[in-house]
Amino acid sequence: MKKTALYEKHLELNAKMIEYAGFEMPVSYVGITEEHLAVRTQMGIFDVSHMGEFVVTGEQSLSFVNHLVTNIITEDPSKVTYALMCDEKGFVVDDLLVYVIKPTRILLVVNAGNMEKDFDWVVKQSKTFDVEIANKSYDFSQIAVQGPNAVKHINQIVGQDVRDLKFMTFTVVPYQDLHIIVSRTGYTGEDGFEIYAKNYLISQLWDDSVKAGAIPCGLGSRDTLRFEANLPLYGHEISESINPVEAGLNFAIKLDKSFIGRDALVLYKEQPKRKVVGIELLERNIPRHGYEVYANETLVGHITTGYLLPNVTTPIACALVDIRYAKIGTELFVQIRKNKVPAKVRNRKFYIKNYIK
Amino acid sequence: MILKGLLYAESHEWVKVTDHEGYVGISDYAQHSLGDVVFIELPKVGQTIKKGEMFGAVESVKAASDLYLPITGKILEVNTKLEDSPELLNEDPYGNWIVKVEILDAKELDSLLTADKYVSCCEE
Repeated sequence: MKKTALYEKHLELNAKMIEYAGFEMPVSYVGITEEHLAVRTQMGIFDVSHMGEFVVTGEQSLSFVNHLVTNIITEDPSKVTYALMCDEKGFVVDDLLVYVIKPTRILLVVNAGNMEKDFDWVVKQSKTFDVEIANKSYDFSQIAVQGPNAVKHINQIVGQDVRDLKFMTFTVVPYQDLHIIVSRTGYTGEDGFEIYAKNYLISQLWDDSVKAGAIPCGLGSRDTLRFEANLPLYGHEISESINPVEAGLNFAIKLDKSFIGRDALVLYKEQPKRKVVGIELLERNIPRHGYEVYANETLVGHITTGYLLPNVTTPIACALVDIRYAKIGTELFVQIRKNKVPAKVRNRKFYIKNYIK
Repeated sequence: MILKGLLYAESHEWVKVTDHEGYVGISDYAQHSLGDVVFIELPKVGQTIKKGEMFGAVESVKAASDLYLPITGKILEVNTKLEDSPELLNEDPYGNWIVKVEILDAKELDSLLTADKYVSCCEE
């Protein structure tokens, strides 16, 4: 199994380790609930070094990436853009963050579980462009420092004043003998920063974050936090068989430009068949990924993610359902073990995000 | 920690036998591997459930774990206190039984493990 550069730190902290996307990763250190609440109220730190990083270089980098992804990528050298790569049918190859370091040098950050598939896909699509694609996934580590206190401590962690960064922007700063990327982004719904650095630099950044008060958080709370903030996870709300219109990601799909899968998405938007909706259970139970969703006796969809979240009394979920059952207030049932538990469709605003814009 | 005097199933439930009745709970190993328990699903009183069949579930934030009845029994009582305070299973797994059953086939008790034998089920 693959290990991140911070593997030994996790063992020292007695983390509960699991296999995730081929990596041995911490699922929690002290408990998912405590870690979830630490990010909501103070500051947490995640090792997300398993994420994949590709660097696109060459004269046509900008036009190539615009061909590849659903969102508009501009020359703006400080912007981070969330986007999706789709296949010709409009299904999602992966979702990713795009960092335009220069118009001729663009960083793509992809999901660990898709990294190899993504690399093949990106290389294949690049054949007609004057670009080169390099897979830097094993050279770079990444940590995420998240929570309302992150901005108070980020300068002492990275050794530069980066507090002026706006949400979804980044900067490259000197660190020891190299440079690191500091980005005001995250996957928790809180303010915070993500830091990309060469593997050998990451231990120091981790230690300084913990010294500044960041609580180590594992993949367990990363998932509860991103779900509560209504951020999609590949394999759940989006996948090779769920398109981004169904997932409600229209803000990241720009149909007035040309990209792979655009025509399919235009058609789909005219005649939608399914939608990812919010669901709340009317009885206490836990609706989990894959559970079937019924309208009376008819199977109409399945749960994509669901939890009984820390400090939330109502069990909530996202579900991919037949569009005819997607209206807010629609009465549904979730099959949980032997029981059909009553539920209703609600909005997906489970949590008000605290980004600094 | 494995409490002496109880009988255990390989699926990490314990049984405490008193006359023809049995109290069933989960072991310390089970609560520890599950993490913070946030929800429990209890069976209906009066049901008869066969040995090895599911009688409910305990869930942490991350995972759901089915509960299997170690012996065939009729559910006489369920510990409703756990519905409001499922964390009691973490705090004292042997002090908080989940269901009380009427033991319908006492011979089945012979197939369960003593504390000494159950130890090997908790090694990784």
